[in-house]
Amino acid sequence: MAGEVPNLAESKLRALVVDDNLVNQMTHHKLLDRLGIQNDVVCNGQEAVDVHCSGRNYDLILMDMEMRIMNGIQATKILREMGIESKIAGVTTRAEEEERKEFMEAGLNYFQEKPLTISKLVSILHNLDFCVQNQNHTKFF
Amino acid sequence: MQRQVALIKQSLFDQGYLDEQFMELEELQDDANPNFVEEVATLYFKDSARLINNIDQALERGSFDFNRLDSYMHQFKGSSTSIGASKVKTECTMFREYCRAGNAEGCLRTFKQLKKEHATLRKKLEQYFQASKR
Repeated sequence: MAGEVPNLAESKLRALVVDDNLVNQMTHHKLLDRLGIQNDVVCNGQEAVDVHCSGRNYDLILMDMEMRIMNGIQATKILREMGIESKIAGVTTRAEEEERKEFMEAGLNYFQEKPLTISKLVSILHNLDFCVQNQNHTKFF
Repeated sequence: MQRQVALIKQSLFDQGYLDEQFMELEELQDDANPNFVEEVATLYFKDSARLINNIDQALERGSFDFNRLDSYMHQFKGSSTSIGASKVKTECTMFREYCRAGNAEGCLRTFKQLKKEHATLRKKLEQYFQASKR
């Protein structure tokens, strides 16, 4: 498995993890690290909005749905209203159709069920058209 | 010693304490972070101890605020899912169903079982990590 993990360090992608759960913050940060993607972590939707207001920008945002203070649906709406065009992937353990629909309609580009794994993250990147290559520089997909 | 480590780990999976998500975390371990899984586990048990304490206090008060209890359990379930703590996750799901049904007795019963599964997992993982270091 280790030999097949693509490395995107050369593409200099930057990602933002938005999740209020400490264990998820640690694992999602490490997952992205493992793929060579530099990433920051914030604790809720409000901090995600604030970090963009301070001028930072990301290629990919992994947005949890249920968070205290400001949830992922609200944060996604506000980021889109601000004109943020980053790819936003909603990640949640909740997968009921209604909730998924509401989250997508807020402005997501993609939706993935937790828990995140390397292969789910690669799937997110592939579906959002990020070029994913393995270490031999041949296309992974 | 490697055999003992493998046996402890196999029993954790066979008895349903851990699921494949734990293996996903092990895949993330590398030379830069050789103790990554143990670090995640440490964080999980610290965070879940806090949640258990919050839920204990909420239940002791006697007035069942099911929304608040559900919110605590949502966090607990999220962490448990991320680390692959399968039995604990199942109890979390059951607890949340009792919250939604407004069933106080069900909540109390399930929470007692959850604490038991959680304590067992903690002990077994401590054994596993200790054995891994020898």
